[in-house]
Amino acid sequence: MIELDNVAYSYGGGELLSEISLKLAPGSFHFLTGPSGAGKTTLLKLCYGALMPTAGEVRLFDGDVRAMERDDIAMVRRRVGVVHQDCQFLDHLPVADNIALPLMVSGQDMLREDANLKELIGWVGLKARAGALPPELSGGERQRAALARAIIMSPDVILADEPTGNVDWEMSQRLLRLLIELNRMGKTIMIATHDLALIRAAKAHVQARVLRISNRRLQLAGADL
Amino acid sequence: MKLNIASISEFVIGDAQADRVVPPTGFTATLTLFSAAAMAFLAVFALALSLAAGRLADRWGEELARTSTIRISAPDGQMTAQTEAALRVLQTTKGVASARALDEDEQRALLEPWFGPDVPVDTLPIPQLIEVVEEGDGFDAQGLRLRLSAEVPGAVLDDHTRWRRPLERAASRLRLLGWVSMGLIGAATAAMITLAAQAALAANAQVISVLRLVGARDDYIANAFVRRFTLRALTGAAIGMVAGALAILLLPSADAGGGFLTGLGFRGWHWVWPLFIPLLAAAVAFAATRGAALRTLREMS
Repeated sequence: MIELDNVAYSYGGGELLSEISLKLAPGSFHFLTGPSGAGKTTLLKLCYGALMPTAGEVRLFDGDVRAMERDDIAMVRRRVGVVHQDCQFLDHLPVADNIALPLMVSGQDMLREDANLKELIGWVGLKARAGALPPELSGGERQRAALARAIIMSPDVILADEPTGNVDWEMSQRLLRLLIELNRMGKTIMIATHDLALIRAAKAHVQARVLRISNRRLQLAGADL
Repeated sequence: MKLNIASISEFVIGDAQADRVVPPTGFTATLTLFSAAAMAFLAVFALALSLAAGRLADRWGEELARTSTIRISAPDGQMTAQTEAALRVLQTTKGVASARALDEDEQRALLEPWFGPDVPVDTLPIPQLIEVVEEGDGFDAQGLRLRLSAEVPGAVLDDHTRWRRPLERAASRLRLLGWVSMGLIGAATAAMITLAAQAALAANAQVISVLRLVGARDDYIANAFVRRFTLRALTGAAIGMVAGALAILLLPSADAGGGFLTGLGFRGWHWVWPLFIPLLAAAVAFAATRGAALRTLREMS
């Protein structure tokens, strides 16, 4: 599905990631951890074609990312739901439209998708906030809206970058439950987080592989996690 | 993008959802509207200039090409005899449809612009003029000159060639100037709309980033901007065209003594031409914005 083979990424003359090999199999659940600035976000971006590797090979759904046109990468992103740390909304559109954005840009019939959209908004608990503008939402509401937008196209893979970074413990547990539920539906999940408590909480409910970025390299985390 | 009726109508009708993904931008909207209106206003005048110059070139060409003048300078006592002799020669010249001597009133009218009214033509030593109208392929000017020199010694044939060519050339240059002006106006419009589109794209870098994150293709993003700028240019140019056409309508009407400037305007079906200006402006805006959008999106990758 998503495969990185001996990948390196450099920026500004310095190497941020080195010798990264990773394979996200269908239905798997991964945590990506490491200190701030270790390169978690960079690795996630490599996984959905937002960045190009400076060495090695990134294969997205069997296609070499370096051989892809921009339109091919756009098609890949319809199969990969991304939850950004800062959510990235269009602030002039209501929450419901922001959630529906992937449907709009892929030319789906919005009338036909209306029932699904409402169901999804209800599932993430934002029914009452559907007409609000993103700046009017709380941190937790923003994260849930971002998660809803990431999964509305029923993607094969969900990549979440610090999805619980700006929310309280209760909300982070709620978001985690949503992600675990999605994994049970067969979605591949990778969550970048430095919140070890979240990882421990998840491991009680799902078989997750925990990866750590240390000294630019990716390694399996120890048994302490 | 394939250019056919279906794609054009789809483009004009638009996608209400897609239109909303780009937030409305204040200054670029005003800039596009204003520049399109101003340029369309100027384009109406450039078009009118070009068409008027064309009419003038045709008129001068036709009128002067089909007529000639014979000037007879003779002592008082011989003027009538030489005039009659010249008319007789002309009657038997192949290619001459008609010939007539101008009367005093007509000669006075010709001198009036330079000497004012009430010129005492009868007391001035001015030559007698004969207007010759040609038919078919015209007459043999060289042959006629030889006959006149033999039979009417005071006659000089002027077939207008030395007037007609520079006048036609001047009118053609004027017409060309009109079209060059139209081209420059189109280029200036394209440049201004490109700048406005680039400013709008730069101001919406975050929007573009979000759209890409959720899988928008470059065409989708570009179209959201292109449609908006094209419709603004169309609206602005339509306003400018109507204002320009009204201004042309309000110009003094052409009359016999009005000269070239009062003839600046549209005649008959030529009024259809200004209607193409908004469409042309929209086409220029479409091409300029699409080029700018795709270039900027490529650079943002």
